[in-house]
Amino acid sequence: MTYADGILVALRHLLREHRECFCIGQGLWSPWYVGNTMRDLEKEFGTARVIDSPVSEAATTAAALGAALGGYRPIVVHPRVDFAVLALDAIVNQAANWNHMFGGGIPVPLTVRAIINRGGEQGAQHSQALHAWFAHVPGLRVVMPSTPADARDLLVASVLCDDPVVYLDDRALYDVSEADTSMAAVSLRDVLPRVRRAGHDITLVGTGHSAHLCGKAAELLARQNVSAEVIDIPVPGPVTDGAARVLCDSVRRTGRLLAVDGGWAACGFSAELVALAAETLPPTAWKSAPARLTLPPAPAPTNGRLERAYYPTAETLAERARELTR
Amino acid sequence: MASPDPATLGALADPAQYHEPVDLRDLPPAKAITALDTLLLIRAVEVCIGEGVRAGTIRCPCHLAIGQEAAAVGMASQIQPHDRVFGAHRSHAHFLALGGSPRQLLDEVLGRDTGCSRGMGGSMHLRDVAHQFWGSVPIVGATIPIATGAALAAQMDGRGALAVTCFGDGATEEGVFHESLNLAATLRLPVVFFCENNLYSSHLHIGLRQPADSTCRHAVAHCIPFLRVEGNDLPAVVAAMRQAADHARSGAGPFYIEALTYRWRGHVGPSEDVDVGVKRKDDLAQWKLRDPIGRLAAALEQAGHLSAAALSEAQAHARAAVAQAWDAAQAAPDPPQAALQGRVFSAP
Ligand SMILES: Cc1ncc(C[n+]2csc(CCOP(=O)(O)OP(=O)(O)O)c2C)c(N)n1
Repeated sequence: MTYADGILVALRHLLREHRECFCIGQGLWSPWYVGNTMRDLEKEFGTARVIDSPVSEAATTAAALGAALGGYRPIVVHPRVDFAVLALDAIVNQAANWNHMFGGGIPVPLTVRAIINRGGEQGAQHSQALHAWFAHVPGLRVVMPSTPADARDLLVASVLCDDPVVYLDDRALYDVSEADTSMAAVSLRDVLPRVRRAGHDITLVGTGHSAHLCGKAAELLARQNVSAEVIDIPVPGPVTDGAARVLCDSVRRTGRLLAVDGGWAACGFSAELVALAAETLPPTAWKSAPARLTLPPAPAPTNGRLERAYYPTAETLAERARELTR
Repeated sequence: MASPDPATLGALADPAQYHEPVDLRDLPPAKAITALDTLLLIRAVEVCIGEGVRAGTIRCPCHLAIGQEAAAVGMASQIQPHDRVFGAHRSHAHFLALGGSPRQLLDEVLGRDTGCSRGMGGSMHLRDVAHQFWGSVPIVGATIPIATGAALAAQMDGRGALAVTCFGDGATEEGVFHESLNLAATLRLPVVFFCENNLYSSHLHIGLRQPADSTCRHAVAHCIPFLRVEGNDLPAVVAAMRQAADHARSGAGPFYIEALTYRWRGHVGPSEDVDVGVKRKDDLAQWKLRDPIGRLAAALEQAGHLSAAALSEAQAHARAAVAQAWDAAQAAPDPPQAALQGRVFSAP
């Protein structure tokens, strides 16, 4: 099963088993926009439940919120998270606050699925990873799977969750594949970080594509006799106490932390992870100062050479980890 | 004459019509010939870029305007030095029609430091202020309110300048489009809303996205005068744009133009038949008979201003100029590594 298959399997399951689920967004009838993640769903479930929409991010997202209040479980799809920026009122002002500002106990089962692109010379407005924006907001749950099984199981969990969820999948992971597993029913609030690989010299942590990179870097490091522990945080918003504990336990063992993120450093998710560890662990727990590896503080360029310099790779990550363990 | 139904394209949407030579109207032959040369240049550049994409030499997403050249050239015909024009993801033709250099465009799609955006933006982020092109971006609808604000600045300047925003039918589905029309009409801003309705937004026909196929109804809703034209009829677009520009410059407020046209290639990339994974209707062959170049050239031939030989010579000339620019562009330098972080703020 590939990561893209995982998403497709989840959507098919949701549409088949839950009559209150429907999808709305741009490109849903075109494999070009959403890869194979929604292939032929409109043929199987009809165009009334898989709705390819006008170019109207703000309206489709807020309309999905309205339908969620009416008892449905809509999945809004934005082929780039950059386009979801046009829907921020619906997501941030409305969906995130709805339950709290009206006194609590109000289900808001809205899922906003947005896709992150990295590379392909698509430039500043088609390549942003904005998960930290969403994770900043109380009331939103943010999901960033890094493996096919998580892509599947956490999408189902997102849609069945009664809180608004921003589910961010990453095009660069679509072809990642692993052995088939059976679907696991999970509740988003119980999802803990995954220790993808055990190690004792350094903790590498990230979410989504960055967690994937950490795994690759750990393999490179193993060949150089550096034992890296890899922690994948599939639910970056909110990071629960239980989740923070998994991270801190790991750093307590390794004494070193490299937080990797596909977004920018400033006020970003890597900053959150370092802060969580720094607040919890005593100074004596650290063998070296915690570090971050992120995008440089610049928009995505289109020039191919600058683009290659822009994105961290398993190699640059391993190099940084080696520096910390030296 | 009864004013046209603002919601319905009618015969304009029928690809079997408007194949005949255009009416040259009051367009002087010399101007028509210059316009034809610009159409040919744009076509040649777009074909060249399409080949570059196919060969993998160009890797940024390119949305080609082949088939839509007359809309761009007609729009550009009324632009004066203090004006400001904005585009979108499909803006190579706007850039070239305004006088932008083919070499700078090719360098940009190749990501070179010598490109119009110094290699930082590629095909979807073009700018050439020296030729009144203030910027094109791929967030659909984004430059409609920006152009509205550039018109506000022009109004404050009081020099009779105007702003133009070029966008597609898909962009009229974004909220900011409607907000901008309302704002511009209320403040009587000198802005021309220039919609190239090519019936498609990526893979979806307008019939699957809107309850009516003409976007002029939105102008009516905001009390903005409008003209709808056959967008592949160069003299007609020029005439409509002249009326729009005169109106805006006179202080009478915004104007709306809908130019009905059709793109020959897929939404993105050079392929004709497969459009972002979905096969289009089989009417492309008909649309090719409504070729903006063919219709203008035939009219000029009929009127005795152009011979078949002169036309092929002009075509060959355009292709040769583009081929030369393309070859030269291959040797252009990449931006330096320092550009990545050195160009984030206005001064490094
Ligand atoms: C805000 C936003 N939503 C969606 C997209 C994806 N997209 C890119 S071009 C396009 C089609 C726009 O159609 P139209 O405005 O008619 O222009 P055309 O491509 O026909 O020139 C879409 C939906 C985008 N770039 N930005």
